[in-house]
Parts: sequence; C-alpha cells; structure tokens
Amino acid sequence: MDTAESVVAQERELAELIVAALNLEIQVNEIEREAPLYREGLGLDSIDILEIALAVSKKYGFQLRSDDSDNIQIFSSLRSLNEHVQRHRAV
Amino acid sequence: MAKVAAISHTAAQDVVAFRNAQPVSAAHFLADVEHVASQLPARSHLVNFCMDRYRFAVGLLAALVRGQVSLLPPTQTPEMLGQLQRDYDGLYVLTDTPQEPGAIEQVSYPRVSEGATMPASNPRFSVPAFSEEQVAVIAFTSGSTGAPTPHPKTWGALARGATAEAFSFDLHLGSRATLLGTVPAQHMYGLESTVLMALRGGLALHAGRPFYPADVAAALAEIPGERVLVTTPVHLRALLTEDIQLPRLRLIVCATAPLATEMAVQAEQRFGAPLHEVYGFTEAGMVATRRTVRGPAWHCLRDVRLRHEADVVKVAGGHVEKEVPFTDVIEPGGDDVFILHGRNADLVNIAGKRTSLGYLTHQLNSIEGVRDGVFFMPDESGDGVTRLTAFVVAPDFTREALLGALRERIDAAFLPRPLYFVESLPRNAAGKLPREALLQHARRCAVGIRREGRS
Repeated sequence: MDTAESVVAQERELAELIVAALNLEIQVNEIEREAPLYREGLGLDSIDILEIALAVSKKYGFQLRSDDSDNIQIFSSLRSLNEHVQRHRAV
Repeated sequence: MAKVAAISHTAAQDVVAFRNAQPVSAAHFLADVEHVASQLPARSHLVNFCMDRYRFAVGLLAALVRGQVSLLPPTQTPEMLGQLQRDYDGLYVLTDTPQEPGAIEQVSYPRVSEGATMPASNPRFSVPAFSEEQVAVIAFTSGSTGAPTPHPKTWGALARGATAEAFSFDLHLGSRATLLGTVPAQHMYGLESTVLMALRGGLALHAGRPFYPADVAAALAEIPGERVLVTTPVHLRALLTEDIQLPRLRLIVCATAPLATEMAVQAEQRFGAPLHEVYGFTEAGMVATRRTVRGPAWHCLRDVRLRHEADVVKVAGGHVEKEVPFTDVIEPGGDDVFILHGRNADLVNIAGKRTSLGYLTHQLNSIEGVRDGVFFMPDESGDGVTRLTAFVVAPDFTREALLGALRERIDAAFLPRPLYFVESLPRNAAGKLPREALLQHARRCAVGIRREGRS
C-alpha cells in the first residue's frame, strides 16, 4: 500500500512528465490532482494524450491501451492517471 | 444520367468490412444499408457522427438511398453545429454513441443484425446505384468571417476519386486488402481513404479507429490477408517512437501534413511496406500522391491535370469536377507532376483538422469582453506538432474563463498554447500585425514567463 507521501511524490513526478512532454507554460504545482486533464481543466486534446502515452511508456515501461479501461476515466484527473500508471508500471 | 454503384464488389459473399474481428459480406452490408435507410427521418441533410467506421459507411449510403446529403463540418463545436443548423433546415445528427443533449435532433443508429447472419432480404444481391450528379456530401472550409464555406461533392466525383486512389496504390479489385484508419471518417481524408476507397476499390474497411500504438498493432493483427494502414504524421511518429511491432503491411498511406523524408524512410524500414502520401485540399479533394522516399515530386491521380492561367496554377480533370486554383504554393514540373513549396500562410492544419488563422482570430474577437486578439502559427519546430500562439487583450478574463469560451467556438486542437494576455497588440501604423512583430512579441512574453517561474 502506498503511503500518502509516496502518492504525492508519484503525482508530482507524473505532473513533471506531463509539463515536459507537452511543453506547457504552467508550473507543475498548477496541475490540480482532481481536475480533469482532458478538455475542461487542463484542456488537453487527443494529440496531447498520445504524447503523454509515449512519455509514460518510456518512463514506466508499459503501453497504454484503449481497452484497458475507459480512457476518459484514466485521464479524468492526475490522481486517476497516477493510479493507472502505478497499477501497470513495469519499471 | 449515368449511375455509379454504391460498391464495386461483385459477389454477395465478398468481404466489405471487418467488425469485431469478423468479416462482413457485401450482401449483409447492403441489407444494413437498406434497413438503416428505411429508419432515417425524412429530411434533406444530416451530420453522420457514427464513430464505428462500418456504421458510418452504412449511414453514408443509407442517406444516399434516401437522397439525403451528409455534411462534413471542419469541427464539431456547438458554435459550428449551430451555424449549420441555421443554414440547413431540419438538420439532424446520426449517432452511434450517446451525445450530450444539444440543440440539434439526434437520431440513434438503428439496431440491426450487423453481420451476424446472412439477411433474408436482398437475396439476389442487387447493388444500389446513385446518379453521378447526386450530391453525396458537403465539405466545408472555415472562412475568415466565421461562416463555413460549403463545397458540395457529387457521388460521381467521390466514387471516381476513390477508384483513382486505389489505382495509384495498385490496390485493384480483387486485391482483398483491408484498410485500417487512425483518422476519423468525418473528414475528407478519412472519408476518401478509409471508407470510399474500400467501397469503390472492392476492398474491405476495418470498423475500428485505434488510438494508442498498441491498439493499432492489435487491430492490424485482427485482419487476415493484406493490411493497409491509413494514418497521419502524428500517429506514425507515435508508432515509430514506441518500440512496437506491427504485423506485415501491404502499404502505409499518410496525409494531413507533409511528412519528413527521414520519418518515411524509418517507417518503410520498420514496417517493411511502401509509404505513400496523399495530397489534397477541400475544394478539389485528393489531387496527387507520392512515395515519399523516392523524392519530393507529387504525381497527380488518374486524369487529373495542372493548368497555368497567368500566375495561378489550377487543377482539373478526372474526379476534380470544377477547375480550382491551388490553395498552397506549388511549382509544376509538367502537367501532372509538381512540388509543394509551402502551405497557404492563413491555413492551419493540426492533426488533420483544418481551419484558417482568419477564422480563429474572428472567433477570438467575437467573445464578449475580448478587446483585441490574434492567432498566429510560430515557426515549425522539428518533427513534433507545432501549436498555435494567441495574444489577447482581455483584462476582465481569467485564463480558464477565456479558454472555456474559446472551447465553445473552436476545436480543442486549435486552442492556443501559449495564450498570452497582453496590454496591447504590436500593431503597426497601418493597424496591421506583421508576422515578425508577433514573433518578437512572443519571444518577449516567453522570457517573461520563465522569469516569473523562477521567482
């Protein structure tokens, strides 16, 4: 079981990866953990999601799939994306 | 008046599609078309939102059977749909996935047997045919005034174009190839290269639209026989970046933005198949193809020719019904070969979605509370996707509120990144915004943000 501190660290690492992969002009701590990443909230679109998928694959060693579970659900927040990553990460 | 058949498959058991890893016969497909046609409301225009490519194809032909025209709006924002609804009385949306309730009437794709068993109807395998001159779809370009400009396409022109495309790829009748697209069927490229080329080339279409590289590999693996991947530079780059293995391909088709030669070379080596690019624009449809690794020259599709008129190069012939001038800058190398020198500076194409800077700027300035604003495209950088930049003078807006208002009006792919809030725009004495001034302004703003970030 991950401790609350380790989850915060994981989410920060993931937020850093998103900001770097997408070249966003915001600070890492501006990504709220519960706000949607897709469309509303951070306003990402499908090209961004593909970019994040590539960065996730490189860093965590697994490939995102559409049929793993609902994509919209995975990208509904930083928290849910992190949970998905931690469940599937190979490295 | 000459008629052109809905599909060029000649036998009832010919495979027209793969859906849920199962082949769908021509007889079954046509029975679905007949059934769906009988269920459509009596109207003249629709927007076909079906995500499942098989259902999209059924809906397209069912509309033709009923003499209805499918609209292909450049974006699906509420603003765009509202505009179309005003222009096309009784417009409805045909959909296979529940949409948020909007102002436009939604008609659910009728539940039919979809390839489960051979249908009882249509036992003699009679293929419907439509007049060459029947308008099948209307594509749109986004004009700078905010009003979309319609470009009607007849069934004859679409069918001839699709046959010419299959011919240029040597995918003739009986080659039994299946087309898998990563692009939606709702834009011209996807319509032509994943739906019409299958129907009119005697090929099969894959009903899916895989998204992640691993999805693409899995969908291709479902296909028995020859596989053709229809994709874009963005998706191709993702496939190359991931260490992914694809099953043997017969051909890769790529369009929407020019592909770097190095990427084409890499793709051909990795996937062991020739890669051809398609070039076209909304006004003309598909114009030319090239095998990118063989050089920069584009070769016109069958019977399509270039014509000079003063300083303007026009294209006509074959499936291009009306003579139309090129919107991009080209250098002809004969009457059917040319080199593309650059895109029209006002046109924007991000991941297959097209619009114009004029349209985007108009939408930005139409938001109440925006005093001044402009979109521009920074210089392209390497192989990634270059996003638009916008400056806005809107002191009463937060970033979130302004992006929210823009999202109502323009496709998410065109949302500015970065969006700079400024006190004024660098207009010159004539009130214009020279590109160099915008670039300089952007550099200054970028430096400002990095400083803020450090403090």
